[in-house]
Amino acid sequence: MTEQQALYKYCLRLGDNALVQSYRLSEWCSNAPTLEEDLALVNFALDMTGRAQALLTYAGEVDGNGKTDDDLAYRRGEREFCNHLINEQPNGDFAHTIARLLFVATYEYLFYSELMRSADERLASIAAKVVKESRYHMTHANDWAIRLGNGTDESQRRMQAAIDALWMFTGEMFETDAVDALLRDKNIAVDLGKIKPVWMERITEMVKMSGLSMPEGAYMQSGGLKGIHTEYLGHMLTEMQYLQRAYPDAAW
Amino acid sequence: MVVNQFTKEDILQILSVIIDPEIPVVTIEEMGMLKDVKVNGDEVEVLLTPTYTGCPAMNLIEQDIKMTLASKGVQHVSVKLVYDPAWTTDWMTDIAKAKMKLYGIAPPLTSACNSERFTDNVIECPHCGSKQTQLISRFGSTACKSLFTCKACLEPFEYFKCH
Repeated sequence: MTEQQALYKYCLRLGDNALVQSYRLSEWCSNAPTLEEDLALVNFALDMTGRAQALLTYAGEVDGNGKTDDDLAYRRGEREFCNHLINEQPNGDFAHTIARLLFVATYEYLFYSELMRSADERLASIAAKVVKESRYHMTHANDWAIRLGNGTDESQRRMQAAIDALWMFTGEMFETDAVDALLRDKNIAVDLGKIKPVWMERITEMVKMSGLSMPEGAYMQSGGLKGIHTEYLGHMLTEMQYLQRAYPDAAW
Repeated sequence: MVVNQFTKEDILQILSVIIDPEIPVVTIEEMGMLKDVKVNGDEVEVLLTPTYTGCPAMNLIEQDIKMTLASKGVQHVSVKLVYDPAWTTDWMTDIAKAKMKLYGIAPPLTSACNSERFTDNVIECPHCGSKQTQLISRFGSTACKSLFTCKACLEPFEYFKCH
């Protein structure tokens, strides 16, 4: 694997995580519990779309075969997507969405804060933009986790159930492979080992503040980096890619 | 032979009328989004920095730039998005902030107010100037604004978030 191939793969991973999250969050449009919440979640979806656009455009440039962000978003199959499994999980109830946001936004805030120091200038500049947005996402998830966890018996039960259900997908966010190793040597990739304890500390604190208990000893799911997904991603892509598959190059 | 009659200053002058489609009282220049213009022969490259990565106004602004320049006879225009350094509300000019306030949007405080956890900054009502205001929703009609309400004049208003 060359540095160029590794960088392409790295950008795809980050771009895919943003794209898949964008799709899931936008499914809340007109379905959120309140109008303000509808606006918030769709705002996040928009941030994620912009992030996906910046990262997939760069991936296409690194690849050098003339692929655009749209080509990468709409013309790759399920096995070619390398997002984390947590991001493709169905929205579930509102508590599930907040639990996912809590886990992922905290991770992304820490991740992109580190990526700002990447030796790759383009990634560093995208990270500088992204980190400000991730901060909003994280703050919002924190507020809701506290509110639901300390709310009624029902909201507490649901918030705990959501944290427990999604916990098994959190380990994968810190997995590394040859791509990370190669880019770590060049100071391009983020050292996931460094952010893991900070993430764990923050999540533990938030769970405690929410009056909930930390999930214990779950088996950690894995596969996203290798393109092996849960059944949900395929369904999502079928819908998302339909137009470009049925009418290639359609534009409006 | 075609002689390029436009200098960088000419282009900047032409672009100075382009408004932000989301806040139609301020220009993209006043917002700090217009980074630079490069003139190379008859090719003009406009460098823009997005306020938010997913800002849907960017496509519209790009079209506005091309159409405005085309109407003045500048033909070969490309618009490039630059992310480095990242846009911050600190780049907004004081004039932009004043215009925004008159328009009914509370202008951003400095970027330093955007802390990790929510802090209770005092946001002044753009209508009556009261400091007795309350956050309704951290997210509003666009990614860059929050919703507030004034407890003194009871008017709702938008606040341009520090970023």
